[in-house]
Amino acid sequence: MELGNYTAHELIEKIRAKDIRISEILQSSFDRIDEIDKFIHSFVNYSKEKALKIAKQYDNRIKNNKKIGKLFGLPLANKDLICLKDFPTTCCSKILEGFKPPYNAFVIERLVEQEGAIHIGNTNMDEFAMGSSTESSCYGPTYNPWDLKRVPGGSSGGSATAIASGQAMLALGSDTGGSIRCPASFCGVVGLKPTYGRISRYGLIAFANSLDQIGSITKCVRDAALMLEVISGKDPLDSTSIDIKVDNYTEEIEKSIDKKVLGIPNEFFGEGVNSTVKKSVEKAINKLEGLGATTIEITIPHLEYTVATYYLICMCEASSNLARYDGIRYGKITDDLSGDVFDVIGKTRGENFGPEVRRRIFLGTYALSAGYYDMYYLKALKARSLIKQDFMNAFKKCDSICCPTMPITAFKIGELINNPLQMYTIDILTCPVNLVGLPALSIPCGFDNNNLPIGFQIIGDYFDEKGILNIGYQLEQELGIYRKKHPIIKGGA
Amino acid sequence: MSNQNHKIMIGLEVHIQLTNLKSKLFCDCSNDYRGAEPNTHVCPICLGLPGSLPVLNKEAVEFATRLAIALDCRINHQFWFYRKNYHYPDLPKGFQISQYNKAGGKAFADGGKITIKINNHKKDILLNRIHLEEDPARLVHKGSIATSPYTLVDYNRSGVCLIEIVTEPIINSPEEAREFLKQLKSIVQYSEISNLDLQGSVRVDANISLKGHERSEAKNINSFKEVERALRHEIVRQKNIIKRGKSLILETRHWDEKRRITISLRKKEFEADYRYFPEQDLPPIEIDDEFIDKVRNELPEMPSERSHRLIREYDLSEFDSDNLVLDKNIANFFEDGVNSDPSFGPNEYKQFCNWLMNTILGWLNEHNMTINDTKLYTKQVVDLVNYVKEGRITTKIAKSLMVDLMQGDSVSKILEKKGKARISDQKIIEQLSRETIEENPKIVEDCTKNSKAIEALIGRVMKKTRGQADPWITRQIILKLLRKMEMID
Repeated sequence: MELGNYTAHELIEKIRAKDIRISEILQSSFDRIDEIDKFIHSFVNYSKEKALKIAKQYDNRIKNNKKIGKLFGLPLANKDLICLKDFPTTCCSKILEGFKPPYNAFVIERLVEQEGAIHIGNTNMDEFAMGSSTESSCYGPTYNPWDLKRVPGGSSGGSATAIASGQAMLALGSDTGGSIRCPASFCGVVGLKPTYGRISRYGLIAFANSLDQIGSITKCVRDAALMLEVISGKDPLDSTSIDIKVDNYTEEIEKSIDKKVLGIPNEFFGEGVNSTVKKSVEKAINKLEGLGATTIEITIPHLEYTVATYYLICMCEASSNLARYDGIRYGKITDDLSGDVFDVIGKTRGENFGPEVRRRIFLGTYALSAGYYDMYYLKALKARSLIKQDFMNAFKKCDSICCPTMPITAFKIGELINNPLQMYTIDILTCPVNLVGLPALSIPCGFDNNNLPIGFQIIGDYFDEKGILNIGYQLEQELGIYRKKHPIIKGGA
Repeated sequence: MSNQNHKIMIGLEVHIQLTNLKSKLFCDCSNDYRGAEPNTHVCPICLGLPGSLPVLNKEAVEFATRLAIALDCRINHQFWFYRKNYHYPDLPKGFQISQYNKAGGKAFADGGKITIKINNHKKDILLNRIHLEEDPARLVHKGSIATSPYTLVDYNRSGVCLIEIVTEPIINSPEEAREFLKQLKSIVQYSEISNLDLQGSVRVDANISLKGHERSEAKNINSFKEVERALRHEIVRQKNIIKRGKSLILETRHWDEKRRITISLRKKEFEADYRYFPEQDLPPIEIDDEFIDKVRNELPEMPSERSHRLIREYDLSEFDSDNLVLDKNIANFFEDGVNSDPSFGPNEYKQFCNWLMNTILGWLNEHNMTINDTKLYTKQVVDLVNYVKEGRITTKIAKSLMVDLMQGDSVSKILEKKGKARISDQKIIEQLSRETIEENPKIVEDCTKNSKAIEALIGRVMKKTRGQADPWITRQIILKLLRKMEMID
């Protein structure tokens, strides 16, 4: 079998029908990894032995008609910043080298322990999720399966490519300013960033804790709905998780969208947006109109401030969240232990954080300092509430907002890595959602002239994941492109 | 003289652990870490492991509310936690979750006061605010910090709930500071939120200045008793510098408990920059009037109320009552004791109170113990009062029984064991008195000139009987003998 030929929900049917053994699925997953991950570099650590062992046990459970979980036997790729008990979880940073959490993240408990997904490995990412290209990982970059000379987007580039290239069936990501949606867009897969508070962040290693949200990367919208049903809900260990009804997403997606009013914000189709991307997204909007949805123009007047606001806030929070890494209790410590404890901490951090992480810690520390706090952090908070107001006004007029996910398609490796400012600006269409805490979905809607995927973004009101999944699913069915095979390895590398 | 020259201004920041909480401020780990193996009361949250998140202990909010009501503070109906960012080996996250009352932040409660009495003069020590925060881990050194070859970190303390109480800088003497802390300790005990007798449950920072001069902050004062000492030292130090014509600088100083001096840590030219900003992992906490009223209604009787009641119900003096109520356990002991004997009236109340406040408390202080550390029980003190009243023992003998009483033996059993009944046999006393007069001709001669000299003779008789002779009878007999000898009229 080949994983690439199936979606997760199709495999579930086959497993339940005993058409396929879980061992076969896992074997095929690892075969695929052996075959192509040397070119793509989706994974930074594997749990092959354990996964194959569990697969056998699970086959026995099936054979004996025992109760099985909702995601029983599906190979799961985990982003390297979601804690997995006794498994190296490093945020792709040297500073966390060798760190094995003594506990599972909430989402791992739900997916793996409760519903039977099988962890196959941790995926590559930008160091501490700070980046949009998966180039800043201490393990080296991940390559886009659609064109190995290009970035997969980031920071969840490993998870997106693992799905896009048929190595895993389900993948976890995290999205602070677009880290799920950007690589989903660049790799032609489905990325869901739920509402802030929808899913517990317990066990998600923080980058910017008021923006971070765990989400999924899957091959299709139904798979995203399936995963969301499992990982949503209030967790007593995350005070910011909200106790609100978890919908039956896999049923909700089937509904007609003919009553839907879709807001089209013209600022999201501005100058910086590539014309092919614009055309492709507009075409998809036409399809949605064809399915009965009404579209109206809306406006997000403060969009131009979102990148500055987003980067200020995320850097301030990061400077504090990353203060704990000193190499003393866990992770990597400097070899040069001379001097006092502060010298050792300074050397450890200087040596083991990469340049982008250091840049953000410096800038965040500066912006929070006495005398600058009002000028930067407090001002950013004010801008944040204005941006929120823009979206609240918009949702008075429409059910969901449709726009491109990224203003461009996948760029070449090395193209932007030395130009952080330009790298930051490509988050302009994704980061507003994080500032406001809204849910958003990215699905592939077409390809550019280089046969690179284009992402279509649907933004929902708070906790309206069912609405955006519904629209996404209907559009996906209409477009039919999620079954399109990536040209991976054909002549590549 | 210098006191008039330089008005002393002291502001205190008192950190107290809420030792009566079951768990730490942001996780389920047991708060009761004293005596435990190092690093056994820990979890991913209080170790600050990557990916962990704080969850507020609701009981801590209730405890803070109790204290805020008891201290007459204004409780803020909504408050946030803030991150105080700094690196130190005892801080596993690189920041402390605390509160901040600037830049949009609010403390748990503002204002409040504690009324102290010094020489019958009342003064309100006004509070600036109280807030909640987490305790850092405990650093353990071999010997002193300066010479220890290593630093060990015990995270059992990490995340324990602290309340910080900040006074206005209106304390004008070390005595006032001592009285303030005495009352605070009492209120905390009555609020049933903490046992401040536990080692390490209190830490005080003191800001001290002489009017017209720069202030210094003395940190690391680890018990209430040390505060007065540190303040006295710091005031003398500052005055000496001024006397020498030098000027004081704004600085942070460390109280060295062993050497009993303060040592300069750093100049404070700039306010330490802790880059406070809101803790986003904890949503704002709402406290409504209903909750505050509920806590208020359930709040136990406070020491000042109790003092008024004891004056009313037991006819005690204000002075006695104020002192008696300070330690709740002592006050409970008093009430339980005097109420257990229906024959007791105001006279006995007063005697019982005297026994407690003078002899028993004196003994406890001398041995650095609290009443709960002993096996003392109320019936023993009731017996003491009755035995003395009935003339069965002297006050002096009663006082000599303390050690045995603390072991939990009954008064009658101790007396039996020691044979310490009062000697009131006139023949024995007369025999001993004669001997004493013969042995001390010089004192006898003094008796002609000095009426007090007779006390020396009585004392000598008492010594011979190891305090058992009835002092009244002894006096009568010595007077009779001296008259016979025509030494006195």
